[in-house]
Amino acid sequence: MFSKLNGYVGQVLVVNLSTKTVETKPLDLELAKKYIGGIGLAMRTVYDYIEPGVDPLSPENPLVLATGPINGIMWPTAGNGHVFAAKSPLTNAIGESKAHGFFGAELKRAGYDMVVVLGKSEKPVYLWIDDNSVQLMDAKHLWGKTPIETEEIIRKELGDLNIRVACIGIAGEKLVRIAAILNDQSRACGRCGMGAVMGSKNLKAIAVRGSEDITVADVEGLQAFYKVFYDRAKGPKTRKYRTLGTPENVLVLNKLGALPTRNFTNATFEGADKVSGEYLSERFVDNIIACGGCPMRCEHVAAVSEGPYKGTVARMEYESLWAFGPNCGIDSLEAIIKAIDLCNYYGVDTISCGGIIGFAMDCYKNKILTKKDTEGLDLSFGNAEAMLEMIRRIGERRGLGDTLAEGVKRAAEKIGKGAEKLANHIKGLEMTGYDIRGLKTAAVGYAVSFRGADHNRHGAYAPDVSGKVDRFKAEEGRGKMVREIEDLYTIIDSLVVCKFSRGLYEKSHEDAATLYRLVTGIEMTTEDMTKAGERINNLGRVFNVREGFMRKDDIVPVKTMTTPIPDDCVSKGSYIRQEELDLLLDDYYKVRGWTKDGVPTVEKLKELAMDEFVDVVKPKIASVAVAGSRSEKSK
Amino acid sequence: MAKTRKKFVAADPDKCVGCQICEYVCAFEKDKVFNPLKSRIRVVRLYPANLSIACRLCEDAPCVKACPRKALEQSTETGVILIDEKKCDGCGWCIEACEFGAITLHPGKKVVVACDLCNGEPKCVKWCPEEALELTTTDALAQKARVAATKKLFQEALEGKS
Repeated sequence: MFSKLNGYVGQVLVVNLSTKTVETKPLDLELAKKYIGGIGLAMRTVYDYIEPGVDPLSPENPLVLATGPINGIMWPTAGNGHVFAAKSPLTNAIGESKAHGFFGAELKRAGYDMVVVLGKSEKPVYLWIDDNSVQLMDAKHLWGKTPIETEEIIRKELGDLNIRVACIGIAGEKLVRIAAILNDQSRACGRCGMGAVMGSKNLKAIAVRGSEDITVADVEGLQAFYKVFYDRAKGPKTRKYRTLGTPENVLVLNKLGALPTRNFTNATFEGADKVSGEYLSERFVDNIIACGGCPMRCEHVAAVSEGPYKGTVARMEYESLWAFGPNCGIDSLEAIIKAIDLCNYYGVDTISCGGIIGFAMDCYKNKILTKKDTEGLDLSFGNAEAMLEMIRRIGERRGLGDTLAEGVKRAAEKIGKGAEKLANHIKGLEMTGYDIRGLKTAAVGYAVSFRGADHNRHGAYAPDVSGKVDRFKAEEGRGKMVREIEDLYTIIDSLVVCKFSRGLYEKSHEDAATLYRLVTGIEMTTEDMTKAGERINNLGRVFNVREGFMRKDDIVPVKTMTTPIPDDCVSKGSYIRQEELDLLLDDYYKVRGWTKDGVPTVEKLKELAMDEFVDVVKPKIASVAVAGSRSEKSK
Repeated sequence: MAKTRKKFVAADPDKCVGCQICEYVCAFEKDKVFNPLKSRIRVVRLYPANLSIACRLCEDAPCVKACPRKALEQSTETGVILIDEKKCDGCGWCIEACEFGAITLHPGKKVVVACDLCNGEPKCVKWCPEEALELTTTDALAQKARVAATKKLFQEALEGKS
């Protein structure tokens, strides 16, 4: 009986692996209201527990697991999400990653809004949270096991098939910087290398069983609101996710000349038809299943029924498909499904992994990498077997895989010979499947994202793809668009609900505020909610500013600025010019109320009731001003 | 005759997506809380196959026979398992006797619970987003299976006809 609160359960578990101590703290409700939950609260908590400059793979980097106020209740897509946050070993900036399934709701029912993992265990352990009983368990026998095996063994040894597990695979153990934390067989907190942080702590898994009720403040009000959202979840707003799923993007983007192909060499793929959502759905998708409490169910499970990869089963999403398909020049869905399965086997992020292999193939094509480097492997674009072998080498840190396991940025630096020019990343995080050369609203969203290259921080491809704006043009006004989507996305990831349900929130922040009030009983106006979304984006920015990030880091990959789209298509010739990026950034910083260097101003932070961060930005603003005046003088 | 017309909640394994909404709805209907563990209908997820299971209202119900305290009784009218919460002490003999795992221990009350069909209008059926759940009888299920088997057998002939 832990809860006198509604929505939130009111407790934070702090586990110190170095001292083997466990402590329960009350949730700071004032902070919860300001940062909502999920990524907002998790990032705020990381900030509290970390010193600037810390090595992300050292014991000094806290790993924070969080749910949100909406998790664990009957609400479309919200029964189930959770977040991991820490300083990212890929970017050295704030890292956060979200997954759905069943794990998050279970943690909530066990009585925790958040779990903070500190220090490093001497030996491999796993954390077993059984309601209010918390234990560190020996994980020697789990070391070297795949995520699926780990899940099965833990359930078996603890004697309950309904125990939920989030864990790392071999890649996380070996500190592969793109390692993921997986849960419920096929779900992953993939981005930002959270699995490597977990591995650096010798923490193999977090197993959870929760039995308590989650209560809400206004039961009747929520019931009525649920009815509206339940119907919307089954309506046109989610059609895409319920039918072809995100792989529908393949042909849409291909037609627009916005499908990055062969490591952003081309923007259309001649094999697009063979890797399309339509083709996938017709020939490979066996099952479409759901996460906890979700009426729209989107998980497209594909199976290979013949050929060398017969029997392979994997969950399909556009980004994973793109990373190993068009991005590596592969037009075989069988091989792509196998690649995703291998990523789940080793426990690595599919997007980053495909991005890295595409990069390595590009290096091979440009003779920066040779057969000597690849130990005889023909790493040409389109060679499916070579791609699969590289995944294994990355997962096990073998040969060239050991270099690539460092992420595309570090790998390129190590390889040298101009490899940096082929490394498609922002702040160290590998690019995702939108060719921003011809999507200029999206370009600024990618450039400024606090977790590095990612569509999930801004979704700013929407105005480009829908034709709402001239996507080939960089102009003022895009900053405002990006900011608005960003400030909604931070709320979605903090409540925590699924991005696929974003269309259900027809009144945007107003609907989110209504939901928050009904569930928690805490006063929250639309304006409060909008501010919270903005606050969380400013928090991400301030965290990074403290780590030394500035305008210089808000960049786009070199290739997108130097290689005009060569394909005969609508986007032919398009690329991002420096002056365009400058204009877009100026515009964006202006609507954000940040300095020209991308630093939140003291006034902005005070406006957002973030006074505690003022001292972080002050010296940055001052030093820039000084530097600026000095250069004036030297002229 | 009446016995074979008993209606119970059955899930179509081809349609069930394992979303747990039936569990959430049931626990909410019965206990006004969000907690799938308190649901009378339970989902089994064996990736990627899923199935919701509720009381089948067996003839000569083994759970009733297994109860050492006579806490369970089967309604002659509806076939629903009636549980006397005062007599039940949560010993679990009925749970062991049930082949489907359809009678479970309520984690709060520490007595067993089973589907009571919500007075003939099960909320899980109403809210199942996939229409995978239905209130049906063994007769209706058998009929459906016979039709499916026949269709399969004469697939070519039937296709040729249409």
